[in-house]
Amino acid sequence: MTPPCRLRVDLQLIADLVPEASRVLDLGCGDGELLDKLIHEKGVDGHGVELYHEHIYECVARGVPVIHADLDEGLSDYPDGSFDYVILSRTLQEVHKPLVILREMIRVGKTGILSVPNFGYWRTRFQLFFQGRMPVTNTLPYQWYDTPNIHLPTIRDFTLLCRREGIRIIRQIPLNRGKCRPLSGLHPNLFAELVILVVRKTATK
Amino acid sequence: MNNNSVGIVKPHFFTFAEPPQEMPLDSGGRFGPITLAYETYGELNDRASNAVLIAHALSGDAHVAGRHSAADKKPGWWDYMVGPGRPFDTDRYFVICSNVLGGCKGSSGPTSLNPHTGKPYNLDFPVITVGDMVRAQARLMDHLGIERLLCVVGGSMGGMQALEWAIEFPQRVACAIPIATTCRQNAQGIAFDEVGRQAIYADADWCEGQYSSQGRRPVKGLAVARMLAHITYLSEESMRQKFGRRLRQKEAYGFDFRTDFEVESYLQYQGESFIKRFDANSYLYITKAIDYFDLQRDFGTVEKAFAHVSARFLVLSFSSDWLYTTAQAKEIVRALKINHKNVTFCEIPSSYGHDAFLIENPQMMKIIADFIGHVYQEESAR
Repeated sequence: MTPPCRLRVDLQLIADLVPEASRVLDLGCGDGELLDKLIHEKGVDGHGVELYHEHIYECVARGVPVIHADLDEGLSDYPDGSFDYVILSRTLQEVHKPLVILREMIRVGKTGILSVPNFGYWRTRFQLFFQGRMPVTNTLPYQWYDTPNIHLPTIRDFTLLCRREGIRIIRQIPLNRGKCRPLSGLHPNLFAELVILVVRKTATK
Repeated sequence: MNNNSVGIVKPHFFTFAEPPQEMPLDSGGRFGPITLAYETYGELNDRASNAVLIAHALSGDAHVAGRHSAADKKPGWWDYMVGPGRPFDTDRYFVICSNVLGGCKGSSGPTSLNPHTGKPYNLDFPVITVGDMVRAQARLMDHLGIERLLCVVGGSMGGMQALEWAIEFPQRVACAIPIATTCRQNAQGIAFDEVGRQAIYADADWCEGQYSSQGRRPVKGLAVARMLAHITYLSEESMRQKFGRRLRQKEAYGFDFRTDFEVESYLQYQGESFIKRFDANSYLYITKAIDYFDLQRDFGTVEKAFAHVSARFLVLSFSSDWLYTTAQAKEIVRALKINHKNVTFCEIPSSYGHDAFLIENPQMMKIIADFIGHVYQEESAR
């Protein structure tokens, strides 16, 4: 048996949010680390969607089912409410049409779990304001010219979008350097590097 | 490389459906006796749980791996996939391949002798379907004592058989690996097949299919059919890289109608080598079976076709394949997703066109080896 692997902190937190034996779709699942844990330790019925070949080969090597597709092509194949959980871990900021993906996520999943880098984080603001440079931080480690992150929201931006779209934020876990810290809990939009959000569609009247 | 070869192998034969127990066919009739030629590699384990069925494509045969004698110039058609330490690892798996019903490499087909007349069937052989091929293979599995296959895998028409297996015998297939294939032959595919058939019909030596009794063979028609089909197995890129506009053993145009270009010479060679190993009537029957393949027609919708499958799927396509495109593979994937089946899909980058599944490709080998390895582990734990 393979030993339980240690996950990136935000992936571990997401894994803890998913109940055993639920049906999960991981959009932009990367090398399948999260699904590997969910499938093989929590008995989850999980599928990944991934664009990069190297990641797909790693998923298959882990025994994780994965579909080679571009998220921007949409999730139209899946019927409404097909999954208990749809996960977007550090992926939303990389897609061309984040709003389309967000709506689709809420349509095909009963619950959505996202992790999103917060562009409102003080270090980001500092670099932009005082240095006049595009920020480069732990969660956003790329230079402007080679970054895959093309749609960067602040937590406040994301919250406002959810309100407009009729999406309820059930839970918000702000993280700073991989942990929940007092300041990031107090004022997430300034002190959280990354936020994990659990979202659901607002019940229709 | 030789260390991993399965070595010298020999074909086997299994005959069944002896009258009056003929096998029912999709066309409505019954047919028998049926002989299937097959080869096996590796050992069937005690639980008979390690069997992998490889299904061959239009012009393939049961000889997947190894050599029939030390003097053979070439090994079987998928040799690099089968052997100790190879993706279909014969130290773990028992690998089987049978020549399809309707073929001309040892299984019953139009060249076989009709027991009622003592002469070849020719066009009296019934028109068969991919479903008929698969049901005949199932009889062979019964004969070999294999209730459940670990894997059914194949490219092109072999992929159609893998799909048909998973649908027709849901409890008998643990995983299916359809490669470079479709769930329904499209108009373009039918069109190419029809031109090939017309080339055979147009050859005066075809004699309405009765050429064997007249000591003739429609080799020109069959060669043209193969040349045309072979183009559909390549890609513009692979032809450009392999031949470009290079001239054949000359510096300048000949200004005549002899061979000028390398690509012409290559296709002629493909045609000439094909006629030595393939029968024209068998080509007609098998292309017809491919053209009739349409899961949507059989089940109403493609989604319904996959509603009751229990196999895990690994669907593979190749980026430059324009005969069975990635879009066609995605149609299979979509139907499986809608039915909440366990499916993995990957478009593998390759410039070799449809033929890519026959050409050694490290990505394809790894993904298949890893996929079947996990299924094998789970099946062993059942």
